[in-house]
Amino acid sequence: MRPVLYVLSFLALIALGSWAYRENYATQAALKEVRVLQGTIADLREALSVQRAEWAYLNRPDRLRDLVALNFDALRLLPMEPWQFGSPAQVAYPVPELPVIAPPGEAGELGDVQSTSATDEGL
Amino acid sequence: MRTPLRPLARILYARQMGENPDRIERDNLAARNEALREKTQGRAAARLGLMAVAFGCAYLTIGLRMGHLAASVPVEPVASAPGAEIVAQRADIVDRNGRILATNMTTSALYAHPRDMVDPKETARQLAAIFPELDAATLERHFTDGRRFVWVRKVLSPEQMQKVHEIGDPGLLFGPREMRLYPNGTLAAHVLGGYSFGAEGVHSAEVIGTAGIEKALDSRLRDPAQAGTPLALSLDLSVQATVEEVLAGGISVMNARGGTAIVMDVHTGELVALASAPTFDPNDRPVPPTAKDAEPSDSPLFNRAVQGVYELGSTFKIFAAAQAMELGLVTADTMVDANAPMKWGKYKIKEFEGHNYGPLLSVRDVIQKSSNVGTAHIALMIGGLRQQAFLKSLGFFDPLPVELVEAPGARPLIPKKWPDIVTITASYGHGMSASPLHLATAYAAIANGGIYLKPTLLKQSGPASGPRVISEATAAEARAMLRSVVTDGTASLGEVKGYEVAGKTGTADKPKRSGGYYKDKVINTFAAMFPASDPRYVLIVTLDEPVDTAGPKPRRTAGWTAVPVAAEMIRRVAPLLGLRPAVEAPAELALTAASVN
Repeated sequence: MRPVLYVLSFLALIALGSWAYRENYATQAALKEVRVLQGTIADLREALSVQRAEWAYLNRPDRLRDLVALNFDALRLLPMEPWQFGSPAQVAYPVPELPVIAPPGEAGELGDVQSTSATDEGL
Repeated sequence: MRTPLRPLARILYARQMGENPDRIERDNLAARNEALREKTQGRAAARLGLMAVAFGCAYLTIGLRMGHLAASVPVEPVASAPGAEIVAQRADIVDRNGRILATNMTTSALYAHPRDMVDPKETARQLAAIFPELDAATLERHFTDGRRFVWVRKVLSPEQMQKVHEIGDPGLLFGPREMRLYPNGTLAAHVLGGYSFGAEGVHSAEVIGTAGIEKALDSRLRDPAQAGTPLALSLDLSVQATVEEVLAGGISVMNARGGTAIVMDVHTGELVALASAPTFDPNDRPVPPTAKDAEPSDSPLFNRAVQGVYELGSTFKIFAAAQAMELGLVTADTMVDANAPMKWGKYKIKEFEGHNYGPLLSVRDVIQKSSNVGTAHIALMIGGLRQQAFLKSLGFFDPLPVELVEAPGARPLIPKKWPDIVTITASYGHGMSASPLHLATAYAAIANGGIYLKPTLLKQSGPASGPRVISEATAAEARAMLRSVVTDGTASLGEVKGYEVAGKTGTADKPKRSGGYYKDKVINTFAAMFPASDPRYVLIVTLDEPVDTAGPKPRRTAGWTAVPVAAEMIRRVAPLLGLRPAVEAPAELALTAASVN
């Protein structure tokens, strides 16, 4: 019985050893990848900040003003004026659909009302 | 092998010899106990030894680890997830809508190891060709006098870096640098200030603020914990740009030396725009004037809004009127003595161009017509002590707590003694000086219903609170008076349709450095608030030595210079601030706009 135990534990030791060996290298590879990724992220962040700066630089108010002046013929942009404020009353709302009026004789007003109340009850 | 205690052979032998056999048993027992004791002792010693070794190992491990931690260079854990990791050593500055005002850029610095150089002379010549500000002879001297290290340039553009690479000398080396970039150029230059490099090394350099908010909040901007969060200012980029544009236009039309404009939110104390002209580019900050007799305000670096401590003239009259109403001394309709000229001891108080608005004038008309004599009489009713206390409560006696490094140095000029003549002159804004920002803060208190709010350049999350200086009723009455100045008084050019501008003009003679006043040099101020029925913003426009030459003779009063500039500013800025004009536009124009949309 005892020799079997010895052999088994020896085998387990070898198995664990090789597992630890593999894990060690896998971890190191993962760390290496993380380092590379972090470098990439840092580079991308830097690129992003450069692009943000460039965006801000290209959108600086005096440049936009010059561009507006240069392209006045095409765009006709003018500074914002007080009269350009609209009011909700000026918005054209969609015309409400007119209710269907049944031809006289088929169903009177009373009939419509009844059918409506019936639907209400059904709900 | 267990030895019996009474071995038969020895017992029998002992009996034969007539000895006591119990003795043998005792001896054997003693021997057995002795053996047992030795065995136990040995085992205990072994266990203790094992324990000692285990503890020794543990302590040794801890000790070695501590020693290693103490001696090694700290390394960031690689496996941890990168969160809002520090990319820049200095936080960005953005406007209230998140648009960038200041950011960082990676670039390179150029340095040289002259001992590694192949051809110092030729390298110096080529470097001087790339960088016009460098001198070939000086560089060559530096490269050949035995130094090991020479800084050549602090920042390089990518094109310049390429050209330096093309020289191909192994003694020229690059170090990474982070530089500050103000993408909007001169916009808000006086607020942002500028930067320079602090302690410099080959691999990095400190970026430190040299003026404005960059210096005032340097520690916040450099705090690594907050490097990822941009500093949000109260400025609005579009409003600031428009204010600067209109101010620059106004200065050139009015032939002024300079000017300043401030837009302040009256409910939060936020400065939405703060402009000073002439201006400069913070990316390339000019050198401050060093000549002893140089006028500081001649330098573009001078922030007129904060550092320009001027006599603000008639804009102060409303404070006397408001205080007198607050104290119950007068109402808007009380008639006061306005018979000009007024004599006070050896002094003579006159009106503008020798007018006489008297003999009696209502308080409302005193403000509307800007009567010095009327204001003087109101101030005398109040008395010097109460006047001082009121002006102090409006912040006119202390430097402003705004987040600019220049602010604490700009102390208002207050006369040491306060005799009645100072009470009189201070009531119409002479004899004491304050900055336009002081004036904006005080007008904001009238505009918001009597609460004094500290001006701030940082974005606020909601309305601020502060001490009450006048009652709401007095503030409303004062606003009505200021409104009448625009509708019927000295600031009639300030009317902007739909925005109910209220304000007060101020024309102050410019003091000479040698004492006394210039005859034809003035500082014109228009302090305005809009819309008068429920003011949201205060606008201060100050022009330095303006003159309107459009008419037959030059006009130097604020009503002809600062007021039209301010009116144009309000017309342009109010829509950007989201203020809807009170009076609706003509229907057909508005309909056209709606259908286009």
